[in-house]
Formats: sequence, structure tokens, C-alpha cells
Amino acid sequence: MAEVLLSIEGIHKRFGGLHALNDVGLTINKGEIYGLIGPNGAGKTTLFNVLTGLYQPDEGRFSFNGRNLFRQKPYVVVESGIARTFQNIRLFANMTARENVMVGQHVRTHAGVFGAVFRGPRTRKEEAAIHARADELLRYVGIERHADEVARNLSYGDQRRLEIARALGTNPKLLALDEPAAGMNPKETAALKTLMEKIRADGVTILLIEHDVKLMMGLCDRIAVLDYGKKIAEGNPEAVKNDPRVIEAYLGVAPE
Amino acid sequence: MDIFLQQIINGLVIGSIYALIALGYTMVYGIMQLINFAHGEIVMFGAMVTITCINVLVGNHISLPGPLMLVAGLVMAIPVSMLLGFAIERIAYRPLRRAPRLAPLITAIGVSIVLQQVASLIWGRSYRPFPNILPQTVHNFFGAAITDLQVAIIILAIVLMGALFFMIERTRLGRAMRATAQNPEVAGLMGVNINSIISMTFVTGSALGAVAGVMVAANYDQAHPYMGFLIGLKAFTAAVLGGIGNLQGAVLGGITLGIIESLGSGYLGDLTGGFLGSNYKDIFAFLVLILVLVFRPSGLLGERVAERA
Repeated sequence: MAEVLLSIEGIHKRFGGLHALNDVGLTINKGEIYGLIGPNGAGKTTLFNVLTGLYQPDEGRFSFNGRNLFRQKPYVVVESGIARTFQNIRLFANMTARENVMVGQHVRTHAGVFGAVFRGPRTRKEEAAIHARADELLRYVGIERHADEVARNLSYGDQRRLEIARALGTNPKLLALDEPAAGMNPKETAALKTLMEKIRADGVTILLIEHDVKLMMGLCDRIAVLDYGKKIAEGNPEAVKNDPRVIEAYLGVAPE
Repeated sequence: MDIFLQQIINGLVIGSIYALIALGYTMVYGIMQLINFAHGEIVMFGAMVTITCINVLVGNHISLPGPLMLVAGLVMAIPVSMLLGFAIERIAYRPLRRAPRLAPLITAIGVSIVLQQVASLIWGRSYRPFPNILPQTVHNFFGAAITDLQVAIIILAIVLMGALFFMIERTRLGRAMRATAQNPEVAGLMGVNINSIISMTFVTGSALGAVAGVMVAANYDQAHPYMGFLIGLKAFTAAVLGGIGNLQGAVLGGITLGIIESLGSGYLGDLTGGFLGSNYKDIFAFLVLILVLVFRPSGLLGERVAERA
């Protein structure tokens, strides 16, 4: 049996009268690329926000790598190994690409006030290591030539890559990507696919929201489908594609 | 000519003090878009605690060189102000983090009044003279006079600002502060504990404020429980002039305001034909505030408001 990395059960999230997540449960195994699809407004991003601690779920259970993360703060969630990117890019726009990735490593580093004031050898060594690791990650995603550029001046595709590098800076076990291919041309999408396969090969599990069906079918091991806050299907890409409930959710029912 | 140079020197001295205080306003604004109107009182506590501490030393006939006594006073005053800054954020601002922006503004004014009253209960309502412990050597600088104290104020201000900029630009803590200022939610997702970063911001600004308070007291030879209001308002003006939320702007605004005020008060008598004397010098700060708000609300180095909103 595959080893379970993340497991949620019976998650509910309501915003006033809107039941954004209704009894959602899923498990993600170590080393998987797990896809999450569904029509607009189905609750995919809400689920992401719950999984990363941005939203507190109303009910349910949430464990990750053997640790209970139900209603934990974002920095605790990231510390236990979940990192994410955003559907609408949210970089630190006025900081350089390298600095963005350096902030990403905040959770794995320790220099505090005293380090900042006195700059002992340990602080300096840590700072040098953060710097080197940031450059390494920029190279990993292929944007090392932009290290000293301010993030907002990067091209759209490079900003997406920078978000991935920053997330990898937290040294995650699970990388959650919210529509990473949105707005990319076919060439950029192909490069992104290669990057995601490389990340998985390097031992990071991936949770992916994406509308590009072709990309999802070719990349994911398993796919879950959300519709109106409920999980309506789960399985390998082929099974999900042919599931009548999924077809109905996307296309409606054909009149008899 | 000498009076011109003299006023420039005086302006630089008072301007570096304004700059140190303005940094406290602008750091807090940068990170949570809040004007900490109690910052002036933090400055005042720095001054009052130092004076008390020096008086205790003098009263117990502990004879130390003057500058050393001043350092002893600072060592007492800085932690008091840091603790105040920390407590103010916890008590008056944190519970209102998600409230409309007017609410923390009102608690800020409330805290400011409470601190003034507490200080006047502790120290009385009268002016406290600054103990006469510092050497009063006056140097001749191209025909203008400059004292050891003024030189020390300028140098210390430069050192502190340099240290602050280094901290903000080059350390893990500073990076986390900048990240939080730009996008607190995402910074949290990078493992930054937003609450402790906000506390650190208040504490750092308060430490600078305490030093500035001692500088004010030493420079004007006095301190009192209500001094925080005027000096705070002027430093706030400096922060707005430079572009609130912008650290370099706070320094630029502080120095500029100091020089405007100093030159203005030096020539005010001549300008108005003796109608207004230099005791009206305070009008310049507020004139500057009004002009900036009317003609360039984003300040000298500030971002355009549209970008923020």
C-alpha cells in the first residue's frame, strides 16, 4: 500500500449562506501528483486555502504526515511541510527574485533578533546558506538570470516559476499549485510539465488545480472532481474523464 | 551668513531627531497601515526615564563621567520604551486588527492620553530640567557654534539609521518585515509569524524613539509629560513629508523639516518685520504638513496612492 501523506475527512466550510465545502474528504499518497478539477466556483481554491491554513474549516479532520493540522495557523502548516502557489500570482513584488526565495526559506531558518543585531558566525553562515540555496532554486526552475531583478518586472511565466521556487524554499513535502499553467502558451506549459515531473522525481508530492485537461490527463496519477463544494468523483484520469457525473457537472445533462 | 550656517547646523541636529522618531511612525505604517499616535508618548517616556535615572545616580553621589551617566540612563530608558511599544500594540491595536481603520486610530489617541496622565502622575506636571552633567564645550565651525552634544546627536543618529537600514535590507528579520509589509497573508504562508513581526516592528521603532526622546531632552535641557504631543506631531509631519511607509523618506523628511523649521525660526523676525518672533517656529512644521497634504499627499519619496489602494 502507498503511504498516506495528507488526509482530510468531512471538511465543511461555510461563508454565510454559501456552503463552499460540503463534507469533502480525500487522501494524497506520498510521491503522487494529485489533481483537483471542477467547474468555476466549485470550491477548489477554498479547499486550497483550508489546506494551507488561510481559512479555518468549520468541521472536519485534517492530518498531514501524522500531524493534526485542523485549524492551525499558516506558519504551522508550512512548517509541517505544505507549500503553495496562487492562482493570481502573489509575489513580494518590490523584492528581488532572490529575496523572494530567501523569504520562502524563513520557516527553515532561525536567526532572530540577536542574530540580526550581533551577527555572530552562525548567523552569517546561515545567511550565506540561505543565499546559496535561493540561487540553487532559481537555477532549478530556470530563472537564475533574473535573480537580482525586482519580482514585478519578471515576465508572467517567470513569475509563476518564481512562485514555485519560493514555495520550494520552504522545503515542502507537499507542493500545492493553484492553476500554474493559467495564461501560459503551449511551449511554457510543456516546460512547466517537465518541471513538475522533475519536482516529483525529487521526492515532493504535488497537489494540482488546473483547467488544462490535456495537461491534467497526462500528468496526474489520480484526480478528484469538485462540484458545488462536493466531491463527485475520484480516480485515475481515464475513469474520471468517463464518469457520467463529471460530464454532467461540466456539460449539463443532454435533454432526452 | 553665520546665522545661516548656524541655523543649518541646528536644523540638522533637530532634523536627525525628527528622523529617528519618524522612522518609528513609518515602520508601523508600512507594516499595518496604522498611525501609531501614541509614539510621541513613547519618546517622552524615554526622556523622562533617562532624567530620573541620572538624577538617582547624581543623588546617590555616584560620580561617573557625564556621558557615561547618560548611557546608563539610556540603558534604562530603551527597554522601558520597548516594553511600552510592545504593550501598546498588544492592548490597543491587536484586538482591532480586523476592525475599521478609524477604530485603532481612536484607541491610539486614547493610549496617548493615558500615557500622558500616567507620566504626570509619576513625574508631576512641571518641566524637568535635564541634569547638568554634559560638557558644554562649544566648537567654532566656520563662524557658527556647535557643541559636543550636537555632534554626538548627529553621529548617533547616523549610526542608528545605518544599523536599521542594514537590519531591514540584509537580515532574515528585515526580509520578513518587508515581506509582511508587502503581503502579510503570503508572508504567513512562508512561515513568517506575522504577530511577532508586528511586535518586533513596534519594539524597534520604540527603541529609536527612546533614544530620540533623550536627544530632545538633552538638546532643549528639559522634558515634561506632555512633550510627546508636539514632537510626535512634528515627526509625523516629517514621515508624511518623506512619504509615509518609506524608510528613506522618513530620514529625508526629518532632516528637511528640521532645516525648514530652523531656518524659518531664524528669519521669522526679519520676514514679518518683527511681528512674529522665533517662538512661532512651530508654525513651519504645520505649514509643511498642510502644503504636503494639499500638493503632494504621497510625500517626497512615497508611492502614488493609487498603487496602495
